[in-house]
Amino acid sequence: MDINKNMKILLVDDFATMRKVIKNLLKQAGYNNISEAEDGAEALKALKSEKMDFIISDWNMPNMTGLELLKAVRADSGLKGLPFLMVTAEGLQENVVAAVRAGVSNYIVKPFTADVLNEKIEKIIAKM
Amino acid sequence: MDARFINAFLDGTLNVLKTMAFVEPNSGKPYIKRDGLANGDVSGIIGFTGAVTGSMALSFSEKSILKIVSNMLGEEIKEINADIKDAVGEITNIISGAARKELELIGINVLAAIPTVVSGKGHSITHVLGGPSIIIPFEIEEGPFVVDICINRMEQKAK
Repeated sequence: MDINKNMKILLVDDFATMRKVIKNLLKQAGYNNISEAEDGAEALKALKSEKMDFIISDWNMPNMTGLELLKAVRADSGLKGLPFLMVTAEGLQENVVAAVRAGVSNYIVKPFTADVLNEKIEKIIAKM
Repeated sequence: MDARFINAFLDGTLNVLKTMAFVEPNSGKPYIKRDGLANGDVSGIIGFTGAVTGSMALSFSEKSILKIVSNMLGEEIKEINADIKDAVGEITNIISGAARKELELIGINVLAAIPTVVSGKGHSITHVLGGPSIIIPFEIEEGPFVVDICINRMEQKAK
């Protein structure tokens, strides 16, 4: 399946450094159409105001966590089908289970490489 | 302190920095620190609850953190700025997560708060519990950094 490398990705993380790191990794993999948000609340606002094709989100963020954002997206009729990749330092089993139950498309525990990120994105797209 | 906890943070630190910053630090013998002064120039501090209570600090010398973050970002950073402080917080968060995952595998469940960052030569680290802490020293070519842990006695959770 051909992956649309021009798809619009919303990258959500409260740490600017992490957003830069992930953005660099995405660009290495050929994805250049990237928007950013500092937390779940800002992300939800962006999702409702412009069309996004893919969400990559951290978990622990102020105002609205990644899990809360995921639940909000899955509860919204206009957003519920969006692919959602959780990228987080929280690797405890209970976190993974909670994310899966909330409808996450896939899950990466930090630290990770560009290859892992690209592989997870491709797996999600292949299932769509 | 239980050696399993030290090992979890040792492994987490080495794995995270190798994967994200492409550095392979050398680790030294852990020792007890009795004062509240930070070993480095910029520190990330994170609190724990659950099977253990306490806190951990990652304290970096200026040269070591400049190298680490420059590698992470793929651009040279020459002084401790907002990007560096932000990165220290995130590195602390990720190493905490990696260590806690290793502890979970042996039945010790630990939760962590969002980290804070303190910087400046001679800054202090105030652990949640107070009292002495355990230092795990590390070194890369550019300079040293430490993991500074102060926790209560561990309680093993039955699987």
